[in-house]
Amino acid sequence: MSSSPLLARYAECIFWLARFIERAENLARILDVNETFSRGRGAAQSWLSILQLNADEERFYQKHQSATAERVLRFYLTDADNPTSILSAVTNARENARTLRPLVSTEMWVQLNVFYNRMRAIGPADMVPGSLSRLLTGIKEACQTFTGIAEGTFYRDQASYFYQLGRYIERADQTTRLLDTKYPLLTGGGDAAAAVEIGQWHALLRSASGYHAFRRVHSSELTPTRVAGFLLFNPAFPRSVYLCVREAADALAELKSRYRLRGGNDISEGLDQLRTILESRSIDEILAGGLHEFLDFLQGYLIVITDRLSAAFFGHKPASQSQPASGAVWPLAPLPQIPS
Amino acid sequence: MALRACTLARPVHRRRDNCVREAQDRQMTGFVLDGYDPQEFYCEMLRCAATAGLRERLARMPIADFQRRTAAAEQALYDYGITFTLYAENSPIDRILPFDAIPRVIAAAEWQQIETGIIQRITALNLLLDDLYHGQKILKDGIVPADLILGNPNYRPRMHGVAVAHKAYVNICGTDIIRGGDGLFRVLEDNARTPSGVSYVIENRHMMLRAFPDLVDGAGLRPVEDYGSRLVAAMREIAPAGCHDPQIVLLSPGIYNAAYFEHVFLAREMGVPLVEGSDLVVEQDRVYMRTIGGLHPVDVIYRRINDDFLDPEAFRPDSLLGVPGLMRAYYSGNVALANAIGTGVADDKAVYAYVPKIIRYYLDEDAILPNVETYICREAESLRYTLDHLAELVVKPVGEAGGYGITIGPQASQAELEACRAKLVADPANYISQPCIDLSVAPTLCDGGVMPRHVDLRPFAITGASTWVLPGGLTRVALRPGSLIVNSSQGGGSKDTWVLEHE
Repeated sequence: MSSSPLLARYAECIFWLARFIERAENLARILDVNETFSRGRGAAQSWLSILQLNADEERFYQKHQSATAERVLRFYLTDADNPTSILSAVTNARENARTLRPLVSTEMWVQLNVFYNRMRAIGPADMVPGSLSRLLTGIKEACQTFTGIAEGTFYRDQASYFYQLGRYIERADQTTRLLDTKYPLLTGGGDAAAAVEIGQWHALLRSASGYHAFRRVHSSELTPTRVAGFLLFNPAFPRSVYLCVREAADALAELKSRYRLRGGNDISEGLDQLRTILESRSIDEILAGGLHEFLDFLQGYLIVITDRLSAAFFGHKPASQSQPASGAVWPLAPLPQIPS
Repeated sequence: MALRACTLARPVHRRRDNCVREAQDRQMTGFVLDGYDPQEFYCEMLRCAATAGLRERLARMPIADFQRRTAAAEQALYDYGITFTLYAENSPIDRILPFDAIPRVIAAAEWQQIETGIIQRITALNLLLDDLYHGQKILKDGIVPADLILGNPNYRPRMHGVAVAHKAYVNICGTDIIRGGDGLFRVLEDNARTPSGVSYVIENRHMMLRAFPDLVDGAGLRPVEDYGSRLVAAMREIAPAGCHDPQIVLLSPGIYNAAYFEHVFLAREMGVPLVEGSDLVVEQDRVYMRTIGGLHPVDVIYRRINDDFLDPEAFRPDSLLGVPGLMRAYYSGNVALANAIGTGVADDKAVYAYVPKIIRYYLDEDAILPNVETYICREAESLRYTLDHLAELVVKPVGEAGGYGITIGPQASQAELEACRAKLVADPANYISQPCIDLSVAPTLCDGGVMPRHVDLRPFAITGASTWVLPGGLTRVALRPGSLIVNSSQGGGSKDTWVLEHE
């Protein structure tokens, strides 16, 4: 089947469109799970942890004195000046979709356009405790609607592979961040100490829509270790890091073979290596080496993958040799040391 | 979207002070055309026998129902993003082109005249351009003053001797047509560079079909859907010689351009990539686009960027929109551009005045669509007439577009008239003047009910090996009472334009 060649710029836009939609959805999930916990003790700490998660403390404190629920929520929901807010993610998604209008289906565009207009109309009354959960659920569902419309209407040519790549790379990244919200609970005394916070792990699973799937795998005890292992390694759960990396690798392989693209061999290798790591490590090894450090490593690795995609397909110069903050390098850096 | 042409008319004056209030009372209980009064103007609806069926349907439709459905249609335009974007304080504001759901109807015989008139006119303009860029016979024969052409900033000497496929320089044209109180159609302006607005013609029809199927059903409308495929066919016809399966692209300035929606629309209708300057690169006088698999050759470019910005090597060096080297590829015959370079000299406001003579010169025919009477102020007699009748005339600078620098005599203050006089005396060659035309009106839904509002018409024509005119065109309507200008940035809207298949 012949198909007109895909502009490099479009490939980049569709990749980022998918990422921003996925990012908005996951931000809504993270805020929702935090909202569920922030009522009890430690509320202030829990909102602070969201800021730390996205490395946003500095920008936040330039505008605000303290991390209250209300301020952090506004910062992440409707602050157009905050590049990591849901509003910014949806705005960026729509700007990309605007460029891509010749390529995406009308239904994809219309849904996103309406979603964007709704995001811009959110007022303080929508963010009070009684309404917040409904708002966040609405945002999550709008993102899922977009994904569903894309599944049902987006023409399956080269562009759709970049859509898949963006979606899975972002989702993998976001799952690491979701898990990172609760990593402090896994340091120190291990499962025994974390058991008191078991409700939080429940909610974490639920926010990733993973509770029932988890139960099918582990019908007995729900432990933090098992939850972390499930979110990282499960080969069938749609939001596990492993599954996302596998899907991304498959999409890239198919794109390259079907359209006879020469570039991107290094990315295929990188994704395969990452997959091997995720297949071969046990959760106990990871916890022993430090969960947060491992999550950081994964995030850094995905950043490098994105840089390589930019160089291979989006017409950018290869990223400079400076390494991402996490220290991930290419080819693969050794994993954080695991004490025996 | 800022449409370029500026159409002038006398304002509609309210006859009775209480007319708005009466209309508001009607809107709760009455029907769409109840009490509609076009006053002294030529009404496109009431003066056309072919609208009888439509009038009957409107007369049975409650106005409250009509308003509700119009509002839903406009919301849909907004949701669909059929918008033009304004930037206020760096934040984008999406505006729809207001949509008036009472259609403007053109009878079959009227359309026949418009269609043949446009084809005649474009044929003559293309012959003019071919002549100007080759032998310049028309200048030698003294039909058009040579200095008017040779000193024109839109005349491109570099086009001399360049072969253009089918001698079709103007491939896409959007001719502005107005109708006066005498019911005659006249050409106001030839938009032969990069005319916009055709997307609204097609989207307005889609909107009508969705929101008012009961008005459209069985009305016998000429379809507007095949514009995209006609455009692609013409682009294939103008491809460089020997190129059998040309790669066509549409070149846009990008998402910040007010007409970006239209560029998207056309690229989609044509099924071709929508590119920006940065997507294209010229190597060894050949144009390529940057794809995920590397460079891919491009053969035909429908460009929505003016000559000046196309190639920083050849024209404005500060242009970031263009493609360095594009003109080298063009002059080498390796890529076709639509429209061709240098068409701006044919739609110049001063050259416009000569178009009836140009038609006679090349085709030995009378113009089927007359011009608006035009006084070319570079000619002493016309200048004298203009200065003597300043308060009755519209004075336009020849080089400007978008309604800039226009003085409307009947509306101008004494000080404005004096300022205009001074400019005319200082630089007469820069101006033309025209009588103020009573533009025709069409019934239009306004806040106070259905009112007469001035309309114009911009049909779109495509020329490859031959010329085809999209039935209908963009009907723009001046929504503000008394408004002189149908321009979208000045509160103008649009209507669906119906060309009827039968009388």
